[in-house]
Amino acid sequence: MKRSFIESTISSLLAASQYASGAEDLAASAGALQRVDPRVKVAGLFALIVVVAVSSKLAAIAAVFAIALLLAFTSGIGPGRLARLVWLPVIFFTGVIALPAMFLTPGRIVLAAGPLDVTAQGLRSASFLVARGETAATLSALLALTTPWPWVMKALRTLGCPMVLVAILGMTFRYIFVILQTASEMFESRKSRTVGQLEPADRRRLAACAVGVLLSKSLQLSGDVHLAMQSRGFRGEVYILQDFRTRAIDWCWLAGFAVASCGAIWWGR
Amino acid sequence: MHIPDGYLGPSTCVALYGGAAPFWWISLRRMKRALHTRMVPLLSLFSAFSFIVMMFNLPLPGGTTGHAVGAGIAAIVLGPWASILAISIALAIQAIFFGDGGITALGANCFNMAVVGSLVSYGIYRAISGRAAISSHRRVVAAGIAGYVAINVSALIAAVEFGIQPALYHDAAGAPLYAPYPLHIAIPAMMIGHLTIAGLAEMVVSAGVVAYLQGAEPALLRTTAPGALPDGTASTARGFNAMKPLWVALAVLMILTPLGILAAGSAWGEWAPGDFADRATRQQIAATSQHSAPPVTAPAGLERLSSFWTAPMPRYAPSFLHNESFGYLLSAISGTGLIILICMGAGRFAGRWSAGRQPGS
Repeated sequence: MKRSFIESTISSLLAASQYASGAEDLAASAGALQRVDPRVKVAGLFALIVVVAVSSKLAAIAAVFAIALLLAFTSGIGPGRLARLVWLPVIFFTGVIALPAMFLTPGRIVLAAGPLDVTAQGLRSASFLVARGETAATLSALLALTTPWPWVMKALRTLGCPMVLVAILGMTFRYIFVILQTASEMFESRKSRTVGQLEPADRRRLAACAVGVLLSKSLQLSGDVHLAMQSRGFRGEVYILQDFRTRAIDWCWLAGFAVASCGAIWWGR
Repeated sequence: MHIPDGYLGPSTCVALYGGAAPFWWISLRRMKRALHTRMVPLLSLFSAFSFIVMMFNLPLPGGTTGHAVGAGIAAIVLGPWASILAISIALAIQAIFFGDGGITALGANCFNMAVVGSLVSYGIYRAISGRAAISSHRRVVAAGIAGYVAINVSALIAAVEFGIQPALYHDAAGAPLYAPYPLHIAIPAMMIGHLTIAGLAEMVVSAGVVAYLQGAEPALLRTTAPGALPDGTASTARGFNAMKPLWVALAVLMILTPLGILAAGSAWGEWAPGDFADRATRQQIAATSQHSAPPVTAPAGLERLSSFWTAPMPRYAPSFLHNESFGYLLSAISGTGLIILICMGAGRFAGRWSAGRQPGS
């Protein structure tokens, strides 16, 4: 049965909530990456993502993907979870774009199939697109699934991100879930009061009003939060506690990331 | 429109981070100056709101659904600078935590959606809404057009970014290393979806939210409407004065219509039966039809149907006038006048019909 737009929206909001809650649980569990200093992890995984972006050899990208898989499995992230959260969505999106490239890219024909000849250049181009997309998304997911968001923020601050941006990113992440909850409740309550099908124009009006109400609630909440911050002494300066300690094992991880990144860059140049 | 990692080459990513950076810097400075202690909570909450809005499934005409970026409504409520920051922060969280959009492509995504989207939608909204009262319908129309145009301009820029990749990055055998399609494929592929579904989603959300805020929270629309007339004065601004710039532009266009005579030849496919017998015209037809020779005589169907209706001013040249330029001008004036009369008549009819449907009338 076709779902109504209210149900689809609730489902999207719920999926984001579940992803965040799953990531929080996983970040708190024992695993190889969970034990690494977040600064080392952020720097190391970002470096590998950049390597994937600059590499012009498929083998080098495949090697980084193998490293990502190894890191995932030793951190308690199974292939099922990665497939559901990363690989399938990426292959669905990138595949739609990569598939026609096999036929549309001019070059040497390797598989003659009437009007849709597969060319070597097209195949290589599609492989690059899929390999880069999957590997970079897996590395991003490793960071999100093994590091609590406040630690990612602190690590970004240590790595030179402006303090005010770090504070806004941190607060935004916190309030995403507050607004997510509000939006979800608004749609649930509307769904419980709706009998039958809404007319298309009413559906559009309902969606626009929901966005408007959410906007007005968000701005009101920002005023309340501002007053609460001021009453606790906030005068516009942002301070972040930095209690990370780099241990010997973290230096080893940093060296490992550096060797892997430099090796992949050299190989994939 | 969230570009993932691996679609744009390294130098494109760096250039677009560089392109977005000055806008982030100016926005941060302006926000700090204007808001001071309010900046952190206001931008945080608005970024969180933008993030959630991007997840809404919006019902569109035709039975489909789409997602909006929300840059239109963000720029209309907060102004372009706050909108640039709010949308950028939402995009950063989507990329880093939710894997929606790439980390290396974050600069490109922010440039396309946050910077271009916010500035274009703000500019169009301000230009169309002018000094209209906060409760004016003109503001709803302005918001809808602003949202629609802004997302399409953003999509066009993203398509150009995709389309230049094969020329910039390819291996020795010619295989593209990043986005594989050249401009002539990337632009239509990207624009078809945005001119239809995504553009409509942005239009629905921008116009719908402004209409809602006009009734529920008009104060939220005042930030970006500094010279708005007080509510209730809209009627005095109607008529010729309110539309003066449009009337002037229309008059200039009418005066310029004789310039059409300067164009050589006839428009492709608009040939008269006699053109097939004329040697010079036959050469023009062949030249504009990839050198395919036109038939020796006019096709029978064209010959028969061409005399089905005789226009009072055929080819914009009334028979009683000998001056071609004056004929063009007269045609422009008569055509425009006719359209205005039809629109006024339709508007009056729609107004009566709508009044007849009001309860108690």
